Amino acid sequence: MPETLIFYVLSGLAIGASALVIGQPNPMYSVMMLIASFGALAGMYIQLDAPFIAVAQIIIYAGAIMVLFLFVVMLLNAAQEDAAEWDRSHPLRQPAIARFGGLLALLLVVQLAWALLRAGGLGGPVAGQVDAGVVSSVRELGRVLFTDYVFAFEATSILILVAMVGAVVLARREEGPTSSSKEGSGP
Amino acid sequence: MIPLSHYLIVSALIFAIGTAGVFLRRNLITILLSIEIMLNAVNLTFVAFARQSGSLDGQIIVLFVMAVAAAEAAVGLAIVIGLYRHRESLNPDAFASLKW
Repeated sequence: MPETLIFYVLSGLAIGASALVIGQPNPMYSVMMLIASFGALAGMYIQLDAPFIAVAQIIIYAGAIMVLFLFVVMLLNAAQEDAAEWDRSHPLRQPAIARFGGLLALLLVVQLAWALLRAGGLGGPVAGQVDAGVVSSVRELGRVLFTDYVFAFEATSILILVAMVGAVVLARREEGPTSSSKEGSGP
Repeated sequence: MIPLSHYLIVSALIFAIGTAGVFLRRNLITILLSIEIMLNAVNLTFVAFARQSGSLDGQIIVLFVMAVAAAEAAVGLAIVIGLYRHRESLNPDAFASLKW
């Protein structure tokens, strides 16, 4: 079945790209791998009859957020920075606390697998019970977003405004002691 | 047809990879990328459950998660830039003191 094959190719791509994000030293390549992972996830969203989410994933995540990351990586010239760091902190030579963190991540996998095995009713096909048109309608999505979830929508707009102001304030270059005393610090 | 549990297993694996990245990597940018990985794993779970139950609520929540991820990336990267100006380093261990 091509549908099943596509699912396994996409999921393997998503998992492999995610593993490469944390598995290699250069942050530039990490961002690229994360874009590949997001692309694979967008394909899975299309398979799940969520075309609007897939497009938003490509435009917002791979387009906007990852470009922001890439911009900061280039701005800070982080590639050289991390190459020296990688030699010092190779996963096999890491302090005990980091190994403990890796153990916790492994424990999380075991726990999630155990929970999934114990939970009933998850073995059925994901697309079996409901017609695809119910969930793939962008029109219905917009209607629900602007009626049932309008308060959360407005709250999100305020959140983004606050984040924008916060980012500007945080990334602003601090004035030196002479210039700040000259201009007078504080409001 | 693909069972729902397969989507959940993929999502769990990606989430665990993100968790491992937060714990194992000592680079602030990669740690922020790992958080994005974890958010996306959760998004996949939401969309899969939305498809199975025939409800649009899961997709709506994914949109909100994307908005929160954008805000988090903007503020987090601004903090990273501010920290890098002080220490010329991206290693979180370099920022152990509360005040300098």
